[in-house]
Amino acid sequence: MSGQLVRLAETGRAPVAFRFDGQDMTGLLGDTVLTAILLGTGSLRPAEFGPERRAGFCLMGACQDCWIWAEDGSRLRACSTPVAAGMRLLSTAPERWPA
Amino acid sequence: MTRVLIVGAGPAGIRAAERLVGAGLRPVVVDEGARAGGQIYRRPPDGFIRPPQQLYGSDAGKARALHALFDAMAAAGQVDYRPQSSVHAIRDGVAHVAATRIPYDRLILATGATDRLVPVDGWQRAGVFSLGAAQIALKAQGVAIGRQIVLAGSGPLLTLVAAQLLAAGAGVAAVLDTSPLAAQVQGGIGMALARPTVTARGLAMRARLGRLYHAGVRLERITDDALHWRDAGGRAQVTECDAVALGWHLRAETQLADLAGARFAWSDTWAQWLPVADQMGRAGRGLYLAGDGLRILGADGAEVAGALAASACLDDLGIATPDTRALLRRARRLTRFAAAMARAFPWPGAQLDALPDTAVLCRCEGITLGQMRAAADHGGPEANRVKSLGRIGMGRCQGRYCQLAAADLIARHAGLAPRDVGRLRGQPPVRPVPIGALLDD
Repeated sequence: MSGQLVRLAETGRAPVAFRFDGQDMTGLLGDTVLTAILLGTGSLRPAEFGPERRAGFCLMGACQDCWIWAEDGSRLRACSTPVAAGMRLLSTAPERWPA
Repeated sequence: MTRVLIVGAGPAGIRAAERLVGAGLRPVVVDEGARAGGQIYRRPPDGFIRPPQQLYGSDAGKARALHALFDAMAAAGQVDYRPQSSVHAIRDGVAHVAATRIPYDRLILATGATDRLVPVDGWQRAGVFSLGAAQIALKAQGVAIGRQIVLAGSGPLLTLVAAQLLAAGAGVAAVLDTSPLAAQVQGGIGMALARPTVTARGLAMRARLGRLYHAGVRLERITDDALHWRDAGGRAQVTECDAVALGWHLRAETQLADLAGARFAWSDTWAQWLPVADQMGRAGRGLYLAGDGLRILGADGAEVAGALAASACLDDLGIATPDTRALLRRARRLTRFAAAMARAFPWPGAQLDALPDTAVLCRCEGITLGQMRAAADHGGPEANRVKSLGRIGMGRCQGRYCQLAAADLIARHAGLAPRDVGRLRGQPPVRPVPIGALLDD
């Protein structure tokens, strides 16, 4: 599916390759994880308490809606974490978590 | 040297730091941002090239001045600057930043505000954001939150974000204001008397929205591809969209003030609980508040309040400060403007009355209005009791986005005024913190 977000400006930055739920994705240097993921897809994660999916809400670190996982079992707040080359991210906890 | 801690590096925190540095102190400045500026003057990451004029419009000069001022103080080591750091607890003169403890003698809180939200049926869906989020996405990342965006709510940010998105080439499907035109005219007169230029600028911006803008609406529900609403004449309308941004003016971010011992009073003007402070921002022994976290005066008011709070702090330390009479006069004028603005863009009570029991009230944990009403029926119409029984305000956002609406809904359910159902007490940690950071003792 197409992304939730649309890039309007600042397109001249270097590409950054990462993985999200096993898919190869590319952001630009300076994108947050939230920006980089939502340019390519419609949401960040399933909701824990309802059937819907979530894509963040406040984008300023106040609502905590955009916490996602890394394949190593760590968690990160997507709106305040810059995307970095080689990140391996997940919308849900890794299968063998907690290890 | 006296240890002064400033929390927040927006307009209030920066001006507070400036005044302390001018008096020879070296404050610690803890801020969640990667670069100083706060939310309204938030800076994009390195490598972004749009000029300040494009990011901040007519306020570009103010933004530039604040950024340059803070960067110079940080570079010269005049402040102990801790970016990307969140204070999650305050107790006994110590601020806790994950595993780091920062003891202080005086505390200046410049914690700003968030969007003030009320629930709309379906607002838990992906693609629904706050108005502030729509602005941050554009300003700090150069992205629009969707292809066909509906902006809805009320307050100065509604018109501003719509104008900024249109200017950037985003697809805006509608701008829906729950404030009736009559209220806007009434409040607008007070705004124009206090700040004619700013008011005129807002009106011009509004005019540019043309037929996209509708006043006096009621939002009904958000589905996967549309927002359903009623226009001022009560007619049902449907606007197709793939993104919605919601916000009703601002909510003061007061949780740290609460933990630091501030007292609170209900404000009819701002329809929320606000900390009690004197005109300089003194809110307790060694505790000073400034900016939108104290009174929703906006960025200009925050600059003034930051300088005043630091002056009060210096005064209490017996250190001479520049005369504050002109600042106090300006603060009074900005307060008149803000109060008129609050009247122009009021809390959307009628919309809350029409919410169904199945609507989600707490986005964090999917708690519905019906569940909240059941908790209020069971335990009585008191905010903290409803929280204990029904988890409203206990989720990961700690009530930031549900508590004002919840209190009003509890009050409406019980036939009380919002002030009579009490105020949700702040509880540490006010931000998520890894358990490991709490285990070292």
